Amino acid sequence: MLIVGTGGQGQITLLQILAEAALSEDYNIKTSELHGLSQRGGSVEVHLRFGKKIFSPLVSQGKADLILGLEMQECLKACYFANSKTAFLINKYIVPIPLQKPLTEKEILKNLKKISKKVTLIEAANICQKELGTNIVAGIYLLSLASFKKLIPLKPVSILKAIKKIIPEKYLELNLKTFNLAKT
Amino acid sequence: MEEILLNKPGKKIILLGNEAIVRGALEEGVNFVSTYPGTPASEIGDTFSKIQNSKFKIQNLYFEYSTNEKVALEAGIGASFSGLKTLVAMKDFGLNVCLDALLPFLYTGTKGPTVIVVADDPSCHSSAQSEENTRGLALLAHIPALEPSDPQECKDFVKLGFQISEKFKIPVMIRTTTRVSHQRAPVKLGKITKSGIGGKFIKEPKRFVTMPPRVLEMKKELLEKIEKIQEFSEKNSINKIKTQKLEIKNLKLGIITSGISFLYVMEALKELNLDLPVLKLGFFYPLPEKKIKNFIKDFKKVLIVEELDPYLEKEIERLAKEVNCKLKVIGKELIPEVGELKPEIAIIALAKFTNTKYKIQNTKYKIQILKRFPQLCPGCPYWFVFSAIKKAVDTKKVIFGGDIGCYMLFGLPPLNIQDYLFCMGSSVGIAHGIKKATKQKLITFIGDSTFFHAGIPALINTVYNKSNPLIIILDNQTTAMTGHQPHPGAPKDKNPIKIEDIVKACGVKNLKVIDPIHQKEFINTVKEFLNKKEVSVIVARRPCKFVRT
Repeated sequence: MLIVGTGGQGQITLLQILAEAALSEDYNIKTSELHGLSQRGGSVEVHLRFGKKIFSPLVSQGKADLILGLEMQECLKACYFANSKTAFLINKYIVPIPLQKPLTEKEILKNLKKISKKVTLIEAANICQKELGTNIVAGIYLLSLASFKKLIPLKPVSILKAIKKIIPEKYLELNLKTFNLAKT
Repeated sequence: MEEILLNKPGKKIILLGNEAIVRGALEEGVNFVSTYPGTPASEIGDTFSKIQNSKFKIQNLYFEYSTNEKVALEAGIGASFSGLKTLVAMKDFGLNVCLDALLPFLYTGTKGPTVIVVADDPSCHSSAQSEENTRGLALLAHIPALEPSDPQECKDFVKLGFQISEKFKIPVMIRTTTRVSHQRAPVKLGKITKSGIGGKFIKEPKRFVTMPPRVLEMKKELLEKIEKIQEFSEKNSINKIKTQKLEIKNLKLGIITSGISFLYVMEALKELNLDLPVLKLGFFYPLPEKKIKNFIKDFKKVLIVEELDPYLEKEIERLAKEVNCKLKVIGKELIPEVGELKPEIAIIALAKFTNTKYKIQNTKYKIQILKRFPQLCPGCPYWFVFSAIKKAVDTKKVIFGGDIGCYMLFGLPPLNIQDYLFCMGSSVGIAHGIKKATKQKLITFIGDSTFFHAGIPALINTVYNKSNPLIIILDNQTTAMTGHQPHPGAPKDKNPIKIEDIVKACGVKNLKVIDPIHQKEFINTVKEFLNKKEVSVIVARRPCKFVRT
């Protein structure tokens, strides 16, 4: 699977949580991420593969089972990894691109649905903002939801355990609230 | 961070490749670590820094962020000569910077075991200047070089590196790439060894002084060492053949690969449902030539899967002439020389190599995609500098020099003020050349950490050889691009070496320190300094928003 979005949306934290959860279920795991220049407000795409026997840390062209989109326009770029069976779980959130007219929500969804029927748009950012007062945890919400909806074959309890392990004490309560919010 | 220090041998924890390198060094009881930050190597130093600034601080372990990679290596050489177990880490371009110190270090050899970690960045995800392959520099320096594929190997190879260094008294290089350094996977822990006590330098001029005629004897000794290490490499299990079939003899095809490419090869074999013998080379230098010859001697065709330049391919072509002159060695015909390898490239190459039918998922969907460039962060102090420059000069008429740091983004839209960009510190040296060659106005930017790294000799040259660029030192009080590491102008203990003091001492007369938030003063100074007959410097001081307290 891939997690895509823009710099600073917490992709690497989500990757760490998923990797821990997969390890606790005895899967073989490989992930890949980018740091430095590539992170500064540009597109950030991270890869996670787990299963019985995993070699490559990168997902192959057209081979993603799940694309978790933290930003809508970035999902279109991730289509390089998609096929007609790829599930898209998308945060309803658009970060404008300087000097360019952003694509509308409608246009993006229309584009994605040309590729796969399994496209789900979630008001993660709005729900988190409304219920928790911040949309910074939209990724955790989406990830938890993916586990509850069985889009990721990892038990919610494994995700919960991993959140407790990875998230620093200071922010843990907020993240646990987010997890519970996704449950309901 | 506590997890990386767990002393529970056999337990599996998830580590980033760079963290696994740190863990390997800790398991070997490393004493001395130096580095200059650079993606994709930064987390090696950062992890040591975090450990040493925490309550888990390790006794008898010294860590420093050096001013540049050459100084980092030289410090490491001093520590090694004093008997300490030493690790030096850097990104690919760092090895260019310290090459001058590296070559003689191979001649003298080590006293305390020494590992040099170098992280390449194929596809230049976080690297301007060039798509470098430091394997070529390993050949040039005659430094034994190991190439791990995943975090487990990062740890294991660092340990092996220290062991080779100890046995043969030679520094050992661990060469990773972005997809190895920034790969996470479970790693089986070993036992952490306590670092030994402080060093002692014992005078041995015959060993540590490279004056001629001794230097040529040293070269001979180095080549003899390499021969012995080659024997070691022949027997070492990090060069291994992977196949399910018991008899390789009857097979006609084989694959040779190393590093990250090995993982893509194995993925491709799985995807294509093939079982071919694969020779995975853990050693890049010296190569286990006998093992390779034995592997290829009965094949009809062999595929070499390696990123960037065909170093292995050329060596294997040479070896094939000795044992199997009919062998078809295939490499760069199917594997690109530019850009990093990807699993789908390996799949397509292997399908062609074995005449296997395979249809890759077509992903040329007819969809609209916008290009998103990296940006200076909102609230970045460099926005103020940019804004003042736009108001002070006609940007079409002035030449703008760029250097390595966040301000490289000046070259991207919507800013577009960067007319040349090279390597660390080069903006000033090149500015001097342009000012000597033309009468055009020139403003060049250089960051604070970059100024300390390589800008000072170039500044002295502009003063000494008399040219008049306007140099703007962007002082955001941190090494921002690579993850906010400290530097001499912004150290942890708040006792800085002031950039303006250095600039003054270099003989610069036109000098001002300005907070760029004071736009009017900044604009007027730019206008004034551009008309000076001698070099001028503005230190634009305002902290990065992530270090503001």
